[in-house]
Amino acid sequence: MVAYLGSLAVLFVAAFWQLDTFTGQIVHEYSFSNFQTLWENDVYRQIVLRTVGIAAAVTVTDAIIAFPIAFYMAKVASPRARAALAVAVLMPLWASYLVKVYAWRTILAEDGILNWLLDPFGISRPGKGVIATWLVFSYLWLPYMILPIYAGLERIPNSLVDASGDLGGRPGMTFRRVILPLAFPAVVAGSIFTFSLTLGDYITPQLVSSKQFIGNVVYANVGVANNLPLAAAFATVPVVVMVLYLLVARRLGAFEQL
Amino acid sequence: MNIRALAAALAAAALFAAAGCGDDDSGGSSSSGGVKPPEKQQAMQQLGKGEGQVNLIAWAGYVEDGSTDPKVDWVTDFEKETGCQVNVKVGNTSDEMVTLMRTGRYDGVSASGDATLRLIAGGDVAPVNTDLIPNYADVFEGLKDKPWNSVDGVPYGVPHGRGANLLMWRTDKVKEAPDSWGVVFDPNSQYKGKVTAYDNPIYIADAALYLKATKPDLGIENPYELDDKQFQAAVDLLKQQRQIVGEYWSDYTKEQQAFTQGDSVVGTTWQVIANLLEADKVPIKTTLPKEGATGWSDTWMIAKGAKHPNCMYMWMNHIISPKANAAVAEWFGEAPSNQKACAETAAKDHCDVFHAEDEAYFDKVAYWTTPTKDCGDDRGAVCKDYSEWVQAWTEIKG
Repeated sequence: MVAYLGSLAVLFVAAFWQLDTFTGQIVHEYSFSNFQTLWENDVYRQIVLRTVGIAAAVTVTDAIIAFPIAFYMAKVASPRARAALAVAVLMPLWASYLVKVYAWRTILAEDGILNWLLDPFGISRPGKGVIATWLVFSYLWLPYMILPIYAGLERIPNSLVDASGDLGGRPGMTFRRVILPLAFPAVVAGSIFTFSLTLGDYITPQLVSSKQFIGNVVYANVGVANNLPLAAAFATVPVVVMVLYLLVARRLGAFEQL
Repeated sequence: MNIRALAAALAAAALFAAAGCGDDDSGGSSSSGGVKPPEKQQAMQQLGKGEGQVNLIAWAGYVEDGSTDPKVDWVTDFEKETGCQVNVKVGNTSDEMVTLMRTGRYDGVSASGDATLRLIAGGDVAPVNTDLIPNYADVFEGLKDKPWNSVDGVPYGVPHGRGANLLMWRTDKVKEAPDSWGVVFDPNSQYKGKVTAYDNPIYIADAALYLKATKPDLGIENPYELDDKQFQAAVDLLKQQRQIVGEYWSDYTKEQQAFTQGDSVVGTTWQVIANLLEADKVPIKTTLPKEGATGWSDTWMIAKGAKHPNCMYMWMNHIISPKANAAVAEWFGEAPSNQKACAETAAKDHCDVFHAEDEAYFDKVAYWTTPTKDCGDDRGAVCKDYSEWVQAWTEIKG
C-alpha cells in the first residue's frame, strides 16, 4: 500500500518538474509548464477526448450486451446451464490478453474472416482505427461487466418480482420499475472496470489502430523521449477522470455491489 | 476480479520507479554536437576467460541461432567455441535500445547512429580496446573512427555493418513498380489506407529526405539538421501522409503480419523483413528509391560495468569475423563491415549489390543520427532537437 500510494505521490510531484532538453536531465524546479503544454496543444486534448470517448462507448456497449446475458444466468437458466454459462464467461480470461488482441488483428485483417463474412453484403470491415479499438475493447472487458451485473441480479429476491406481478405489473413494467433500479448499481460497478481498463490501456490501440490513447503518449514520453515530467503530467489526466468517475459511482451506490 | 487492474497498476508503478532511477545518470541525450563521455573511462586491458554467458540487445536478425531458419545460424558455433551462452533481446527502435541499456542488465548492444552518441554521452557504454579484437584490423577504413562510434579517436565499439531503409511493395497489389518515395507521400495515392510508415520520430528524416529532392527551395542538406521552416515542411508532409497511412509499424512482426494479410501494400522496410516475407512466399519486392534513403551504420558497444565483459569481447570479435559478418550481412540485407566478409557471402555479388566498398554510394544514404540544436553548419543553434522531434511525432499521429 505504501509502495502504491508512494509511487502515485511521486507521479504527482514529477508532473511539476521539467526536462532540460539540452542535457536530457530532469530539472527539479516546480512549474505548471507541462500542464500548459498539454492544455495548449490541440493534439493532447483530442487524445484525451478520444480515450474518454472510447472508454464511455465501450462501457455502454458492454452494459447493453452484458445485461441480457447476466439476466438469463441469474433468473432464467437452470443451475446446470448457469454453471456452464459462468464457465463460458470466465473462459476468455484464461487466455493471454496479447493472444486475444493478436487474434483480433487477424480477424480484422484485409483477408481476415470479418471481411469474408461481410463481403456478400457489400460491406467492408472497419479499418485499423477507432472502430476497431472499440470492438476489441468491448470484447476484452465484457466478462468484467457480466459478473458484477450477474451478482447484482442474483441478489434481487424473486419474491419482489412475484409481488410486482401480483400487484398487476406486467413483465415490462416489473423490469423497468423493479429490476432495473435494483440492478443499476451493479451496472455502475461493472462500468468502473470497463471504463478504467479502457482508459489505461495502450497495447490494444497500438496493435489494432494507429490512433493514440493517453497511455500511448505516456509510453512514448517515457520510452522514446525520456521526458518523464511530461509523461507524469499526462498520466494525471486519467487519474483525475477516474476520481470523478468513482465519486459519481459512489453516489449511485456502486460500491455496495463490489 | 480487479487483480489484473491492480497488477497492471503495480507494474506501471514499478516501471515508473525504474525509469526514474535510471534517469539520474542519463547525461545529455541531445548533446551530440560536442559529445563528452562522463569521466575518464578505461577500456579493458586483458582478455580473460569467458563467463559462460552474454546478454545482448540487438536489432531483429542480428543474432540468429538457427531458431528462425535452421540455415541461418552464426551463434551456435560461437557458443561451442567460447562456452558463452548467448541471450538476446530484440530492440525495435533505437529509443528502446537506449532505455534497455540503461537498465544495466545487458552486456552489449548493436546500436545505430541515433543511439550511440546518447549512450556514450550518458556513460552507459565503455571504450573498446580494439587490440583485443583481432578481426578489427580487417574492418573497412571508411567505418573506423567515425563521429558516431568514436570520441577523440577513442573507439566505443566495433562497426557491424550498414545499409539503407528500403521501399517495399506487394507485387500483386501494386501494379507499377515504384521508384520514388512519392508513392507513400502522394495525398491522392491509389493505395490510400494501405500505406505503412515507421512509427518513430526518426521517420521525420525520411520526409525531409524526400523534400530535399522534391522541394529544393527549402534548402535541406542534411535531413537530421532541420531548422524551423524545413522542419515544419516535413511535419506538414507527414500530417498529409497520415491520411493515407493504414497503420504505422514499430515492431517488425507487426509489419510482417500487415504485409502478409494485405493490410499494408507499400511502405518503408528493412531488408530482413522482406527476407522473412519472401520465406513465407508473400509476393513482395524492395528498392532503393531515386531520392536516396535514410539508413543505418551500426556499432556493437559494450556496457559500462558489463557483467560478462570477456564473453562480450569474444562476441564483438566473432560478429565481425569474415564468416559471421558475411552471414549476418546477407540475412539482414546490409553491407558487411569486414572487407574479408565479401569473399564469404553465399551470393558472390552481395558486396556489390549492397555497395560494401562504395563510399560514394553511402554518401547518398543519410545515416540515422540524433538531431541536436546545433545545426552543425553556419546556421548555428537554430535546429530542432530530438525532444521537439518526439513532440512533433505525437502531433503527426494525432
